[in-house]
Amino acid sequence: MELVCPAGTPAALEVAVDAGADAVYCGFRDETNARNFPGLNFSREEMAAGIAYAHQRGARVLVAINTFPRAGALALWHRAVDDAVAAGADALILADAGLLAYAAEYHPHQRLHVSVQAAAANPDAIGFYVEAFGVKRVVLPRVLTVPEVAAITRAVPCETEVFVFGGLCVMAEGRCSLSSYATGQSPNMHGVCSPASHVAYREARGRLVSRLGNFTINAFAKGESAAYPTLCKGRFATRDGAGYLFEEPVSLDAAALLPGLAAAGVTALKIEGRQRGRAYIEGVVRAFRKALAALAAGRPIEGAGLGALTEGQSTTTGAYRKVWR
Amino acid sequence: MQLTLGPVLFNWEAPVWRDFYFRIADEAPVDVVAVGEVVCSKRLPFFAEHLPVVVERLAQAGKTVLLSSLQLVTLERERRQTAGLAQSEDFLVEANDISCLHHLAGRPHAIGPFVNVYNEATAAFLASRGARRICLPPELPLSSIAAIAKGVPDVDVEVFAFGRAPLAISARCYHARLHKLTKDNCRFVCDRDPDGLPVETLDGEPFLAMNGVQTLAHACTNLLAEAVDLASAGVRALRLSPQRCDMAAVARLFRDVLEGRREAEPASADLARLYPGAPLANGFLHARPGAERVAMEEATAFVVQGMGRRAAPPAAG
Repeated sequence: MELVCPAGTPAALEVAVDAGADAVYCGFRDETNARNFPGLNFSREEMAAGIAYAHQRGARVLVAINTFPRAGALALWHRAVDDAVAAGADALILADAGLLAYAAEYHPHQRLHVSVQAAAANPDAIGFYVEAFGVKRVVLPRVLTVPEVAAITRAVPCETEVFVFGGLCVMAEGRCSLSSYATGQSPNMHGVCSPASHVAYREARGRLVSRLGNFTINAFAKGESAAYPTLCKGRFATRDGAGYLFEEPVSLDAAALLPGLAAAGVTALKIEGRQRGRAYIEGVVRAFRKALAALAAGRPIEGAGLGALTEGQSTTTGAYRKVWR
Repeated sequence: MQLTLGPVLFNWEAPVWRDFYFRIADEAPVDVVAVGEVVCSKRLPFFAEHLPVVVERLAQAGKTVLLSSLQLVTLERERRQTAGLAQSEDFLVEANDISCLHHLAGRPHAIGPFVNVYNEATAAFLASRGARRICLPPELPLSSIAAIAKGVPDVDVEVFAFGRAPLAISARCYHARLHKLTKDNCRFVCDRDPDGLPVETLDGEPFLAMNGVQTLAHACTNLLAEAVDLASAGVRALRLSPQRCDMAAVARLFRDVLEGRREAEPASADLARLYPGAPLANGFLHARPGAERVAMEEATAFVVQGMGRRAAPPAAG
């Protein structure tokens, strides 16, 4: 299986390639990609140089243009597609049907992947993208069990890619407006979720309170580690109980599930984290290289052992195991 | 401007569900009614037996009926159900997932608010495959809505105008999780909250509403103040999403404002009395946090501004 690694900066791209990534995904420095964070992403020149660096070392570069273009401003997204093709991208990762149509029409030979943001969660949805745009691969949403991933992979006429490590959406990706409800900024429109610009911390009654926009997302006792206030991973209250109603501040670690994903016929394994630093990239890529080597040699796979690198410092296998059912 | 009654998003008892639609058929001045289970496939069997009679009653009352498809399709059973629905020839199917579109290509159909239509190119692409109506995602600002409506003049563009805005869908059932049940053995605990379970912040501030696998806004969308201007922007329908209140009266308020019999401001005060359980909000339309309510004068000024080429957000109030 191919290992697809994140790169938020040119330096991270080089680290990922050197650590053994088969492919790296990255985006331009604007709202066309779903990690539109300050100080991240690639200029046009950096993209061309990054692609050259990867190609010299036998790695591929997948360019994510996976927000939904703003109505009346399509040119920005069209230019991103044109420039990624011109820079020699090995594939474009797209979510919006209109943008897929544009890429398929104007760049018919360019390899296209369906972004996780397109929420193609079953063979019929994937079939739609294959028939309409000739896509070669779909990144599956993190709502499926391993047997479901296997059934989909068998049923569809394209490759599948699944997330195995990193930040975890508990809501179906590309179908969530929680962030814009609280902040006005959404993953689909702005490429951000629970953006740092809208986060504030304050002390109240001896506790550290984290806020997003005008809403309290969590409160931490002294000594408790304060997780970033991602909206769906906050603590809330209902008449029937309080706590982490949607998800705890955990990250995905599916290293232990690699044998099942290999048997399922999955083509590529994806690591989340374009917003993360070089140490994270290097640590995670090396750990998964090792796990894949163990898998190939028939040795048992330990968990990636990367608890310290995860955002909440604790991990889950998400929907892959049947516990969500 | 048409008024569309969206599908009931909550787990209502089957007889309540049926009687709700009977009353809509008899009393509500809406043009279009979307029916069907959108949120959780496990709920459908409860009201399936009433579906034919409800659809017939609505059609006899002169309503255009849309059959709404499930939003998140992962199980084989859900795929078959979606494919079956898409074969319907008597009524327009409203697709809420791309997988439903797969079965509808080339035939006239509607697009629900859960399919991502954020721009005119996507709207035009879907129209080229047979979409005749498109209900846009609730988080879209007016500038986008206007550009999309302009881009697909032959499509009936619809905007979410009343009700708790649906914000997210998940493979995990939060009602079941809260009650320490598994999703497969959920005992349908979501039926205890026919208007959504209030989710508060740790400060006790109302924030969201839980509805099984779906999460909605606590605030209730109200676009009465913008209704007339949305019409000038090319929007042809407003969607009223059923809450536990007098939806026929809600529809009459929108009708009165659209036809100039009432001013938006007193009508909004009436709306707040009809649905007192949640504050009214219109932030999404004004490119602000969806939970916010932009004041009436500011809302009107923004709409006028939004018609221009540069849709600047309103000054922070």
